[in-house]
Amino acid sequence: MPHSPQPALSVGRYTYDTVDHTFLKQRVEQFRDQVRRRLSGELSEDEFKPLRLMNGLYLQLHAYMLRIAVPYGVISAPQMRTLAHIARTYDRDYGHFTTRQNIQFNWIRLEDTPAILDILADAEMHAIQTSGNCIRNVTSDQFAGAARDEVLDPRVHAEILRQWSTLHPEFTFLPRKFKIAISGSEQDRVAARFHDIGLLARMGENGRAVFEVFVGGGLGRTPVIGVSLRKDLPEEDLIAYLEAILRVYNEYGRRDNIYKARIKILVQALGRDAFLDKVNAEFAAMDRSRYHLPPELVEAIRARFGAPAFETISPDTVESVAGDIARHQMADADFAAWISANTHPHKMPGYCSVTVSCKPSGGIPGDVTSEQMDLLADLADRYSFGELRVTHIQNVVLAHVREADLFELWQSLSDAGLGTANIGMVTDIIACPGLDYCSLANARSIPIAQKLSARFASIALQREIGSLRLNISGCINACGHHHAGHIGILGVDKRGEEAFQITLGGNAGEDASIGQILGAAMSEDETVDAIARIIETYLARRTPGERFIETCRRLGTAPFKDAAYAPV
Amino acid sequence: MPLFEKGRIIEDSWQVAQDEQPLPDGDVLVPLSRLAEGLGRNDGGRLGVVLSVGDRVEDLATALPRLDLVCLTFPIFRDGRPFTQARALREHLHYKGVVRVDGHFLPDQYEFLLRCGADQVVIPEGSDPAVWQDAHTRFTIAYQPSLLDERPQGLGFRRWLSA
Repeated sequence: MPHSPQPALSVGRYTYDTVDHTFLKQRVEQFRDQVRRRLSGELSEDEFKPLRLMNGLYLQLHAYMLRIAVPYGVISAPQMRTLAHIARTYDRDYGHFTTRQNIQFNWIRLEDTPAILDILADAEMHAIQTSGNCIRNVTSDQFAGAARDEVLDPRVHAEILRQWSTLHPEFTFLPRKFKIAISGSEQDRVAARFHDIGLLARMGENGRAVFEVFVGGGLGRTPVIGVSLRKDLPEEDLIAYLEAILRVYNEYGRRDNIYKARIKILVQALGRDAFLDKVNAEFAAMDRSRYHLPPELVEAIRARFGAPAFETISPDTVESVAGDIARHQMADADFAAWISANTHPHKMPGYCSVTVSCKPSGGIPGDVTSEQMDLLADLADRYSFGELRVTHIQNVVLAHVREADLFELWQSLSDAGLGTANIGMVTDIIACPGLDYCSLANARSIPIAQKLSARFASIALQREIGSLRLNISGCINACGHHHAGHIGILGVDKRGEEAFQITLGGNAGEDASIGQILGAAMSEDETVDAIARIIETYLARRTPGERFIETCRRLGTAPFKDAAYAPV
Repeated sequence: MPLFEKGRIIEDSWQVAQDEQPLPDGDVLVPLSRLAEGLGRNDGGRLGVVLSVGDRVEDLATALPRLDLVCLTFPIFRDGRPFTQARALREHLHYKGVVRVDGHFLPDQYEFLLRCGADQVVIPEGSDPAVWQDAHTRFTIAYQPSLLDERPQGLGFRRWLSA
């Protein structure tokens, strides 16, 4: 039986009421007026730029790019169909999922933008603060509300943060952009230590959640692992404390050099303790009652979230379904590989979460066609309460799938080119848009990602290699998170030619580390070969059960450097 | 340049102190560096201070009860420090006088400034006051409290904005 979502409330995300709809309409009208004032000359291009950026509109190499917010990565099936419609009508029939859980369209015309924002508003979507020097889309755990290890559903708090930060009167012209991630468990699936603010929830002593607050992490030109500012922030002070951090940042953050303007530079310059003193002084001086977050407010926001109507699945059924799945796995190695790589345990018996790979062999990481978007929406309706999530690894999650439906779901995905069994493996590549689109890039990220994806296409080989994060950035702005990749690739300009540096040993998560540069940059093909030799070295030198990152840490970079630069 | 407050252009009675000139009589705006001189005047005129974005509002703490106006200055509209200065004047220092905003900023920022505690803005010569007023009435709802303590809408932190 297909699931049917609860009427009125959208599962897994905050459902708008008339007040929210009115606000979005007013926002679209504001932007329409800004476009008019730009065209009439009332606004200079310099003045218009931050205003369009705060509506998600970038000017790239060949066209405007529109980045649409997917708050905490959750999107409903009807919303996904709206995105497919936009791709088909206003773009070139595809979209690109980003590492901030958003989606961007790369071939948008400025004059179409107000109409697109109108269509999005009808679907409870927008592009507010997906760019600009303001608080950006708040990201969260792609397994929120489903994972066994979480102490709270972080999406409710992410929504509270989204609302609080929307057109915040004091924090909309910050020194630089500001990214917040929140996880509902101590397991860091959100790269909390690589965000301006990262929040990890855990259970406090009185049975209410508390947050560990990391601040000043980030990638970019200056990769920094965030420092823990507080381990035990009570939920009721969440907004007040973030206000205090942002106030200190807005007052003291550097504005003389955009490469030194992120909060990480301020935290590094002051030192963790001096920064904390300033935040604590602000926190003590502020009118905290104004920003108090009472449990009733949290519950009122939670009540706007649709909850999946899980079936109670008996232990006998769970067992017999497990038997069926095992038989399918015996009969079909591809299905077996997919079950092993693309499913994640669920808190409800008889359910699991499925990660749909948007990284087919030889494909462009994170790109999906409008046809695939429509199919994903249909599959979400049929198998996951009409709810989907975009992951910061640029894949899509169907979070609440009955195990009994897995084989059928896999068949549908495979038929559409979405059945690749590579989650967490070498071809599950993060890549920025690179020089194919971006005016900042030094090199193209996509072709080298495609070559690596084709080179390691064999699922058997990928399973042999095991867990490996490979991230590609087309320039030092590091949108492809190369510093946080076990293997990172950085595109550089070498005397007018595209070239690539390799970094090794980066990692997001609880044991976060920043990748070390191996040596001089190489051509695209040389880099692909060098990475193949690095992986061969790992396979030859690993101890039983040792993951790639662990071997790197044990051996250091030297043997891998030797392999990478070995004469051919 | 025109001074805009509560939907209309108002008259500006304030004179700005000129560098290396004695302070004029009447209502005078002085830079922070000439605050002591301003406070030492006794001609009955009112005193105001012009702050740059690098100035700390806390430096005004002791003088604040004797000031009738504090003028914040945007060097460029992207530099958002005046929002924090205005809010700190009101929230931390409980300043009750007039907060004026001068320099380069946009009508699109006007509502933010009001919500951070500003009263009046200096707008470019020849600009249409209606554009500024529209910027104030454009939104009927805000998603966070501000120090204007607007009426709660009922859900979350939402507040009704008054036109």
